[in-house]
Amino acid sequence: MPPYLLQETAQLTGEHFVLVLSSMAIAVGAGLPLGILLTRRAALRTPLLGFANVMQTIPSLALFGFLIPIPIIGGIGKRSAIVALVLYALLPILRNTLAGILGVDAAVRESAIAMGMTGRQLLWEVELPLAAPTIIAGVRIATVTTIGTATIAAAIGGGGLGVFIFRGIASVDSTQILAGAIPAALLALLSDGGFSWIERRFETEPRA
Amino acid sequence: MDRSGLAVRGKSLDSALSVEDANSPSGSATLEFYQVSYSIGGNLILDNLNFRILPGRTLILLGRSGSGKTTALKMLNGLLFPTSGSVWVEHRATTDWDLIELRRSIGYVIQEVGLFPHFTIRENIGLVPRLKGWPPQRITARVAELLDQVGLEPTQFLDRYPRQLSGGQRQRVGVARALAAEPKLLLFDEPFGALDPVTRVELQDQFIALRDRLRKTSIFVTHDVREALRLGTEIALLCRGKLEVLTTPAEFVKSSGPEACAFMSTL
Repeated sequence: MPPYLLQETAQLTGEHFVLVLSSMAIAVGAGLPLGILLTRRAALRTPLLGFANVMQTIPSLALFGFLIPIPIIGGIGKRSAIVALVLYALLPILRNTLAGILGVDAAVRESAIAMGMTGRQLLWEVELPLAAPTIIAGVRIATVTTIGTATIAAAIGGGGLGVFIFRGIASVDSTQILAGAIPAALLALLSDGGFSWIERRFETEPRA
Repeated sequence: MDRSGLAVRGKSLDSALSVEDANSPSGSATLEFYQVSYSIGGNLILDNLNFRILPGRTLILLGRSGSGKTTALKMLNGLLFPTSGSVWVEHRATTDWDLIELRRSIGYVIQEVGLFPHFTIRENIGLVPRLKGWPPQRITARVAELLDQVGLEPTQFLDRYPRQLSGGQRQRVGVARALAAEPKLLLFDEPFGALDPVTRVELQDQFIALRDRLRKTSIFVTHDVREALRLGTEIALLCRGKLEVLTTPAEFVKSSGPEACAFMSTL
């Protein structure tokens, strides 16, 4: 790699990382409580999951574009990039939170209630620990996807490794494309490995 | 539901029961079903059940699948409430109990055991005492004592997880967990139904030993008439939500009701 690219690579990788990290923090912060809410209110499942589903079907470049004219959450720059990435990340987190909690053995849940656990104790001591591997798997999928999708953020001035890729495409310079793609792939691999390690640690039943 | 009407009836029930309570075993509850019906989706599951269980007795709820026996059981710890009528635990309708408090004073054992897979045996058995705020040393002592009582060596089992145990061992832990916080009432929902015949008889023997020693009011749901005759001090036979007969095992075998005869013919 030409030395002039090195410094920029480091800077854009940092930007990319921050973009992904803030998006994921917001997506988990919203998706986890919403997912828990969905386990309590079956009537909300169809509309909320439907919304998250529709978001996923919108081509990512189009979604970034749609956000440009929208006031407050939209515009040019990092803010609309984060909004779009959050909307993408929401579905796997919502769906896995819901599936994880609903997947808790009915007999275990009934015992917990019959033993006099309060709703909060049921959630924190039984449902969330038992659903944790599924929920973390959802966050893992969302994170890896977001790392890839975040490269498109550069199209609306969101920065990150996409800057290299778009510039590389425009100037037909595969070195620049690779300078964006390789660190993005490495980030994705690293976070995938990290989450897989966390997932194993949360596996509740010891492998006998 | 007319709560004021219930309160008046409650008063009369109270005075009726207080006489028998004077010489009842301590720490053991009186139970009463008062005109209890339960329906869901237009299906009548329980049809006007009326009966009383005195402290220290073991009542078997016997019936086929779908006879309403599990539904009746779940009325006692407030997992379900009657559509009409009322269920009384210790002279208080379940609708008037603080449900958390009620449930923490009732031991509950189900066929699937329902042990928490992410808790060790120690944590599983010690759960209700912990919820009730017992000091840790007391919980530790109690858990060891209970494992001993159900025939499991504490040092060997305390730190294992449920999936590392056999079905019979898990069910023993389930019984120990139900007994942990010195409940006044024990509910058993076909606890031995999924066990092999030899293990089942072992656990039935242990149940009888515990029953005779602890003298806790117990309700035991089963569809196995042999189990009912062995374990009960009383047997209530449910047929399509109705109580056909409630009597002692000795009288039950002489019973002439159609459903009772059907069950006796399986012996």
